[in-house]
Amino acid sequence: MRYAMAVDTKKCVGCSDCVVACQTENNVPIGFCRDWVVEVIDGTYPQLEVELRSERCNHCENAPCVRCCPTGASHIVEGGIVMVKPNKCIGCGACIASCPYDARYPHPKGYVDKCTFCFHRVKQGMKPACVAVCPTKCMYFGDLDDPNSDLSVMLKRRKHKTLIPEAGTLPQLYFLI
Amino acid sequence: MSWGAWTLLVITVSAFIWCALHIREFFPNWDWKYKWLKDLEIFFNRYKKQLAWVMLIFAIITGVYTGILLSAFNARPLWNTSVLGPLFLASGLSAGAAAIVLSSKDKKERILFTKIDLVILATELFLIVHMFMGFMASTQVQIEAAQLFLGGPYTMAFWIFVVMLGIIIPGVLDLMELRGKHIPAALPGILVLMGSFFFRFIFVFAGQVSRWLY
Ligand code: SF4
Ligand code: SF4
Repeated sequence: MRYAMAVDTKKCVGCSDCVVACQTENNVPIGFCRDWVVEVIDGTYPQLEVELRSERCNHCENAPCVRCCPTGASHIVEGGIVMVKPNKCIGCGACIASCPYDARYPHPKGYVDKCTFCFHRVKQGMKPACVAVCPTKCMYFGDLDDPNSDLSVMLKRRKHKTLIPEAGTLPQLYFLI
Repeated sequence: MSWGAWTLLVITVSAFIWCALHIREFFPNWDWKYKWLKDLEIFFNRYKKQLAWVMLIFAIITGVYTGILLSAFNARPLWNTSVLGPLFLASGLSAGAAAIVLSSKDKKERILFTKIDLVILATELFLIVHMFMGFMASTQVQIEAAQLFLGGPYTMAFWIFVVMLGIIIPGVLDLMELRGKHIPAALPGILVLMGSFFFRFIFVFAGQVSRWLY
């Protein structure tokens, strides 16, 4: 079992529904977010190219945030999902500094929080909130070990990339390009 | 990285015990109020040698721990180098030697530790140069991390407070002292302590500025 996600940068319209859905589903405090949309513009007018990416924690296979956590609060659960145990976290911020993607934020209650791939929903067989709500259905969530999952099929069919793979984190959030 | 947190737990407790065993050097009339404290003192006095070994080993681990912890942050190219562990250890050891020189009343001991400090300061300088050579020969993110100190916002602070005032000047003063020249006795020690402090301070701040480019 290896959960992962693919985001279609060609289909995404940058509406930020995924951001709002996540904030609602996970009770994210005002002013913070677990996922966000990045708009990268290349070229000079009128030859412009836009890439829209809905980004979140990459649930890295080789997660520096887990390696750097001094208390063991950051850990990996079934399917490779990286989680934080709020009652074990001392809020030192080592994981925030060690994540190359800026995927974590300090929760006002004193612990560090981030995307969980909606583990509570996934356990019940549902899709993460962001995936479920996307109006263009541009996100695919599933098990990489299952060759017939939407995700595996999509990754076989389409050209894709991950963000800064050279950082050595083996990120599991794929962008279809 | 929880091993570092456990190490700190061991070294802090044993350092306090060690200080307690030596408290009569500073307060000759010290008396432990309760019997169990007296018993504890007798117990630890019996195993003082073992305690010293434990402290020696754990002190070295504590010294490298900060460096190794920071070098495990691969999101921060400035920290992400294996030289950082030895460098933090060298800076910690030189601060320790300087503290002994400052506090010792025994002339012979002071001279011995001045010599030790001199060797460590030279090692530290070598490691700093070595680290920047490594950065400049590495990838763009590490070149840019090194640039923070080679023309970037931390250049002045690092080369003046850490390298000049913290390493080179106290090193030269130490050398002069060993040659028999008269210098203010406390000066090199204070400079080394300040240098070690600034080294950590500047490195922790600058590291957070360095990042991957994407
Ligand atoms: S994206 Fe960041 S927070 Fe998520 S697993 Fe990777 S390093 Fe950790
Ligand atoms: S802030 Fe919490 S989860 Fe992050 S490294 Fe510190 S203890 Fe671990």
